Amino acid sequence: MSAVELSPLHRPQDRLRRRRVFNRGMEALAWLAAAIAVFFLGVVVWSVAQRGWSQLNLDFLTKSQVQFEPAVPQGLANAFAGSLVLVGLATAMALPFGILIAVYVNEFAPRPIRSAIGLTLDVLAGVPAIVIGFFVYGLIVVAHGQSAYAGAFALAVIMLPFVYRATVEVLALVPNSLREAGLGVGAPRWRTTLGIVLPQTIGGVLTGTTLAVARVAGETAPLLFTCSLAPNGIHWNPSGAIQSVPVAVFELSDSAEPSDHARAWAAALVLILFILVASLTARWLATRSKRKIMRAGR
Amino acid sequence: MTSLDATTDAARRPFPGRRARFGDLILQGTAGIAAVGALVLVGLIVWKIASGARPALHAFGLPFVWHVVWNPVHGREAYGAGSFLFGTAVTSIGALLLATPIALGVALFLSELAPGWIRGPVTALVETLAAIPSVVIGLWGILVLAPILRDHVDPALHSTIGFIPLFGPSSYGSNVFTGIVVLTIMILPIIASISRELFLTVPQELKEGALGLGVTRWEMVRGVVFPYAGGGVAAAMILGFGRAVGEAIAVALVLGDGLGIHLNLFDTGQTLGGKIALNYQGSGSGLETSSLIYLALILLVFSILVNLLAQLIVRRAARRKGLAA
Amino acid sequence: MSEMKGESVSSTIEAAVRVETKRQPLPPRERLQQVFDIRDLTAIYGSKPALKDVSMEVYKNLVTAVIGPSGCGKSTFIRCLNRMNDLVPSFRQTGTIRYHGQDISGRDVDPVAVRRTIGMVFQRPNPFPKSIHDNVAWGLKVLGMKDNLSDRVERALTQAALWDEVKDRLKASALSLSGGQQQRLCIARAIAVEPDVVLMDEPASALDPIATQAIEQLLHELKGQYSFVIVTHNMQQAARVADMTAFFSISRGEEGERWGELIEYDATEKIFTAPSDRRTEDYVTGRFG
Repeated sequence: MSAVELSPLHRPQDRLRRRRVFNRGMEALAWLAAAIAVFFLGVVVWSVAQRGWSQLNLDFLTKSQVQFEPAVPQGLANAFAGSLVLVGLATAMALPFGILIAVYVNEFAPRPIRSAIGLTLDVLAGVPAIVIGFFVYGLIVVAHGQSAYAGAFALAVIMLPFVYRATVEVLALVPNSLREAGLGVGAPRWRTTLGIVLPQTIGGVLTGTTLAVARVAGETAPLLFTCSLAPNGIHWNPSGAIQSVPVAVFELSDSAEPSDHARAWAAALVLILFILVASLTARWLATRSKRKIMRAGR
Repeated sequence: MTSLDATTDAARRPFPGRRARFGDLILQGTAGIAAVGALVLVGLIVWKIASGARPALHAFGLPFVWHVVWNPVHGREAYGAGSFLFGTAVTSIGALLLATPIALGVALFLSELAPGWIRGPVTALVETLAAIPSVVIGLWGILVLAPILRDHVDPALHSTIGFIPLFGPSSYGSNVFTGIVVLTIMILPIIASISRELFLTVPQELKEGALGLGVTRWEMVRGVVFPYAGGGVAAAMILGFGRAVGEAIAVALVLGDGLGIHLNLFDTGQTLGGKIALNYQGSGSGLETSSLIYLALILLVFSILVNLLAQLIVRRAARRKGLAA
Repeated sequence: MSEMKGESVSSTIEAAVRVETKRQPLPPRERLQQVFDIRDLTAIYGSKPALKDVSMEVYKNLVTAVIGPSGCGKSTFIRCLNRMNDLVPSFRQTGTIRYHGQDISGRDVDPVAVRRTIGMVFQRPNPFPKSIHDNVAWGLKVLGMKDNLSDRVERALTQAALWDEVKDRLKASALSLSGGQQQRLCIARAIAVEPDVVLMDEPASALDPIATQAIEQLLHELKGQYSFVIVTHNMQQAARVADMTAFFSISRGEEGERWGELIEYDATEKIFTAPSDRRTEDYVTGRFG
């Protein structure tokens, strides 16, 4: 230490040693925080994987739920089929709607309207999912009963801000030179927009949609009031209520039956795996499309 | 065809003004209608929820908001949001208090401290944590976390710092404290990933300007990074808080559906969203359903206010930075 | 780049001559006190060397200019002097930098202590998004120089020739100042904490001529208290302000790799009027590139 004390760098009033220790302490806390976050993720994923893995067999994937018959081998095939229908329908509703709004906002809207719509969709993104469910309950279910259409509509309302934001962000990245090039060869504005500008955004829109699908596939709250009281068996017809994976997990985890818990874990595992795959796909799509837009801009 | 022909051809062609503009009108019209549709959708949500709550509004008025009662027995029906509002406030504020320091630590770690090879994977992990559905967190909360807290953590906290009324005697695994932990896990990655992005926007020049004075990294963070990103971090906290307030599924599973106002975190409770979620099978009377929608109305109004506030902060911070640049 | 240099040939020499008549003669080098003694400094980013084998001394209470074409490693060089390059993950360096006899390039030396004694002013003004007063006071507070805080702030701002312009609005945001004022604020911020050396990385490159002149004036007045090392791409500036000048240039290897090298280091008037290396002469007369 004495070498340091005598060094020309030493300034006693700095209290450097104390500050250095404090700095180390704060850095250690940041490391600890990161460790805590990773630890929680690890614990949750591990719990689900460990408990769900043993249940993931052919019966689970191909047989459907039969209530009050614990002896019958049961699966969640009906929930998988239902989730597929629900998420597919929701995407079909939200995707064109979201893209059109983004096109309007980025290509046509005057400035004040642009920020008003942006703000509206930000507010919509913040509305609790359970409230959206209740909204669709009042809008559709009260008059027509529960159905996959109602459930998918609720999910679509949740997807909409995601799709919009993803599209508007990539639209803003498309260089103006491309628009000018389109208009410059004499193409009308709509052709330029649909033929030249929008194709540039496919990657980004796909990324946003994939993330939205991952998010919505796990949503329970909007389905509780709109599409939860499903009959036994696999159903593909969206005009009736159908079972879905998140609702199944919710019901099974609230049950007192240990075999129900086991299936809840397995369903949760399927859900997490699906979301992981979707997130990885989105990540991959994002890097690819960014590279492509950069190249087009040059 | 020779090039000469082509030019004369093009020159002779009249300007096709009308048809081209018709296409423009269609695209602009459809897109514009979609945009108006978004505005209408949000308006419709507010209107439907408000009109669904009208019978309860009529029966109980504004005092519904703070009345601590939920009695569906026919003839003596009485409903109030007080208990659930309290439960929502306690769990959300508790989660915010727990999550914020950890999230800021994670964000600092990822933006300032982490060596390159660790940065990418941990960022991806934090984002994965954000993507885990609330129903899975709820399942984990009720079947794994709750028993652990009940058997080990709750009694330990009670016996060491039980003189604080918050840490009263514990009996169930499903209690307010479990709800706080579950919500913390859910909002931690939200606050962390927004804050991380904000910290990354702090110009390197500013950080170098501070470090060039001979301050430590922490002093640089406190003096430059935090003030620069402050508004955005506040907005991130507000968004996380809004998410915690609106969460229904996870808390419905772990809170134990209690009624009443008490300080003991180890007792059962309920939130607005949780109360709604647990009544989805809709066996109640019209007035009970309307009262549930009244709860949803409170959530809706709150979520709109919270989001407007967050947007306001973000826009103000952006304007200030625009001035700086 | 080359055109610009071409235009300024005659004025460079003129300025150099003018400086020569104005400047006091330097005492012989052995009578000067060394601040830095740099030996065989090589700096590498990733696998690319930015700077090779630089050896020179920097003397106390002088202004030392570092000039050379862009890409010659002059910024890298002064960032080595206060360990600023530690912030670049892929950075490595070899050789020794002795500061008053102590090697400050080793791992065991805390870069925080180094930077505290050897301050820096950057290419672009980078005031903190705080008030004018707080920009200067922040470093003082963190470094425990809280006694007579407002006196210290006033002194630093006065030394940086900014006090008269801002004394009535110390609470105003530093970002409301003009570019030249911001840079002088950054100088005030750096000297307020009483460093021994102030490094300046092209401090006037983003400023107009009047602001540049103000900063050059300030160097003349402050060098009695501090030692300055200033990187500049402007040869007239070097000729006007510097006592010693180091000329760096780019060398090319056989496989097309490029790195910066110290070509010549001498009294400023010698560099500008009678350089001993052909490359220096080409550069200062504008024939470079």
